Formats: sequence, structure tokens, C-alpha cells
Amino acid sequence: MMRARVAYKGAIHDATPVAAPDHEDLRLADGRVVAAQDVVWLPPFQVGTVIALGLNYADHAKELAFNAQEEPLAFLKGSGTLLGHRGVTRRPSDVKFMHYECELAVVIGRPAKQVPRSQALAHVAGYCIANDYAIRDYLENWYRPNLRVKNRDGGTVLGPWFVDAADVANPAQLGLRTFVNDKLTQQGNTRDLIFDIPYLVEYLSSFMTLSPGDVILTGTPQGVVNVMPGDVVACEIDGLGRLVNTIAADDEFGR
Amino acid sequence: MLTDSGYFSIPFDVAPYRLSGSVYGTLMNHRSALAVLGDSANQPPYMAAPIAPVLYIKPRNTLAGSGSVVKIPVGTPQLEVGACVGVVIGRTACKVPESQALDYVAGYLLVADVSIPHSNYHRPSIRFKARDGYCPMGPAVVARAAVANPDALIIRTYVEGALVQTTSTADLIRPTARLLADVTEFMTLSPGDVLALGAAAPAPRVRSGETAIIAVDGLGSLTILFMDAAA
Repeated sequence: MMRARVAYKGAIHDATPVAAPDHEDLRLADGRVVAAQDVVWLPPFQVGTVIALGLNYADHAKELAFNAQEEPLAFLKGSGTLLGHRGVTRRPSDVKFMHYECELAVVIGRPAKQVPRSQALAHVAGYCIANDYAIRDYLENWYRPNLRVKNRDGGTVLGPWFVDAADVANPAQLGLRTFVNDKLTQQGNTRDLIFDIPYLVEYLSSFMTLSPGDVILTGTPQGVVNVMPGDVVACEIDGLGRLVNTIAADDEFGR
Repeated sequence: MLTDSGYFSIPFDVAPYRLSGSVYGTLMNHRSALAVLGDSANQPPYMAAPIAPVLYIKPRNTLAGSGSVVKIPVGTPQLEVGACVGVVIGRTACKVPESQALDYVAGYLLVADVSIPHSNYHRPSIRFKARDGYCPMGPAVVARAAVANPDALIIRTYVEGALVQTTSTADLIRPTARLLADVTEFMTLSPGDVLALGAAAPAPRVRSGETAIIAVDGLGSLTILFMDAAA
């Protein structure tokens, strides 16, 4: 099952797709059918701790000239950075390189503490698409990637749908694609993850208890390019839909 | 909200000082923290001292109240206790000017940023900083009006009753208002978010069986017990 959370006419609703997932009309839980553009799409579940992975695809690590890691490069993101489908993300006027990152987001469904990889997927509730923006101009070498790069307002886009784990036949075999203004710029497949989902659940839960709503952003493959105000960025993952976001300039934010 | 998870229950989690559960720490904001690194802060992998504030996140599994027990993993002889003053945000703070930044503060509390000691700050190190219970806070949020100057607070840390560290928020590289201005330039802070101002170095170390107390006049004292995870 696929679910969205949307704001519509004064309330927040759970919603399901009316037809195919790329057909974005929605049926609200109260029976109303509404068009995708008439609602405000929110992150599709109550988001807890956000854990993101850096350099988790060999091709992307190579693209950024990094050697393979002995241990996952995991970092945390705060709640202020979250954004839903069809949202707007600000690009500061003084930067040279802001890029999207299409990622498979793994949503925890059952508390996970010291879970072995063989049991890991039993703790996963489902999946969604994440677009984990970065502004490389702000990279510093302290707790890198630092929050100024990775934890900006509107820089972590989740959605459009939360998809139950039962409906994803093989999360280790999902194609990812990003389009900028309808041009394909990024392509990859979750089979190329350096640290796969069971490993990540085992690793993280070995030192921190994961709770329902916690989400692991599993990293991005190669093909990140600079985006500019007005660009429409669409991230797709097989079976999870298409997550759209628009880049906006400072003036829209009164800066 | 947070108590639903069963991880912690803090007596100050009530309006108007309800905590959101988002806790941010500031790396290298105490002069002593940078000073102990000496010239190595200018060498690889860092190449230079931080330019903008470098923050880290203490996620919800780390949050605990005063009197809580922190577990020391097997094979780790000691933990580090980063004694900090934390700012509790009172209203949405986005790109606030330094001159008005303190208007956005609801109050202050003590934060014990517990870590497995690590000497390399190049990567986020969540395995060392984000373990269950590694962010005791409290004992209460003290209203902003009751704190005359957040940049003149003496923080004392005691281990087993002995005073092991005395430090002051007067020695922050970015004082409270300046830090709030520079942080909210790139990320909005919301009511109930906590921003820890930064710990001094070297941080006091504790062993299994020991009790640490962090105390600031006017903010009370925060007590933490340390025990082997295997015990």
C-alpha cells in the first residue's frame, strides 16, 4: 500500500493514490478525491531521527575522489530540514555548487536494538524516495559533511508516498533516476550500495536504538549536477513514484 | 510525544518549555577546544579552524534526564563528559540578527554531551556520540529572565565529588547571541529545540561506577551515573 500525508482545506489527511502511482490524484481518508496540485504534500510519515549515509555507492565515492570506507559514513539530520513532495528549496545566491541526491529512504517500523543483519528487514516498515540536497561551497573538514552543507531548511525532501515493505519485492534491486528539467542526469541501482540495508540496520542498531519513524537515507549514486533557481528536480525510484522539487532563489525567501 | 517512545521522561517537558526533542551541539566553540588541538587544526584533515558554526545532533535515543545511568560499552575504559549550557529556543528563529537573538530564547539548561573519547573530528562520529542515553539534560529549564548573562556562566564538573573542571561561557568563540545568529542563517531553529553552546577541552573523563555532576549557579545541577554496559 502507498500512503501520503497531505494538507487540504484546513486539515492534515492520510491519502492514497486513486490510480497508478504516477497518476497523482489522491483519495483522502474521508472519501474526498483531490488533485495532486490542490494539496500540500508533507513528508509521508511522522519522521523521527534522520540518519544519512555518505559515499555509499562506489561510483559516487569515486566521483568525489574518495576511497572506500571501512565503516559507513553516517551523519544525522534535524527535523527543520524536512520537506514534502512538490516543495521549494532555496539556493543561496552566493553559491557555485548545490546538488540533489536521489536516495532510497528506509523507514523503521519496529524498535531495533542490536539487530543482526539476518533479522534487519523485519524492523523495516517501508520505503520512500529522499532527495538529500547538499551545498558543497559550505563544506568544512569538521564533522564533514557539516550541517551547513546538509541540514539546511528544505534540504531533505521525502515522499511522495510511504510504501509498505510488503509491497517492495526486493529493496536491493531498485533503479534510481534523477531528472533536472526532464533531462536524465543521475542513474543508479540499490544493488550497488556499498553497505546494504541489512548491514546498515545492524550497524546503526549496534550502538543506537532505532525507533518507528526513524529513517535511513542510504546514499546516492553518481550523477550529481549543479541546480539553479527555477530548475525542477524529479527523483524516481522503481515502484516508489516520483518526488518533485523546485529550486528557488533568495528573493522568494526575502533574502 | 517523546515520552511515547519510552526512552526518557523529563520533568521539564511541559509548556512553555516543552522540548521538541531536537538537540544540536556546537563543536569547537570553546576556546580551549580549539587550543588543545594547537597547530593540528591547520593541518590535514582539517586544514583550517572552523569558519561557520560546526554543529552535531544528539538524536532522540540519546536524550535523558538528570539522575540517569549512562552505559559504557565493553572495551571502552572511559567516557568523556562535555559539560555545556544549552539554549532552549522559545520562538521560531530564522536568520535572526545578533542584536535580537536572545529574544528568541525561552531559557537555559545544562547539557552533558557524553562521548566515547575520539581525537579525530573529521567525520561525524555518530558511533561515539549518538549512543542511547548519551545526552542527559536538566535538571530543569530556567527561564531566560532568570539568567542575567548567558555569556558569564561558570560551569563546574565534579566526578566522585571532586571538582575536575571549571570553565566559563565567557570563553566561547561565538557567544550565545552570535552563535544563534550564525546558526539560524543556514537553519531555522524551532520552539523547544536545544542548542548546546559548546564544551571545553580537555573534557573530564569518567569510569564505570563513577558519578558526575555538572553545576552552574542558577541552573542547578545535573547528575549522571556511569556503569559498564555488561554490568
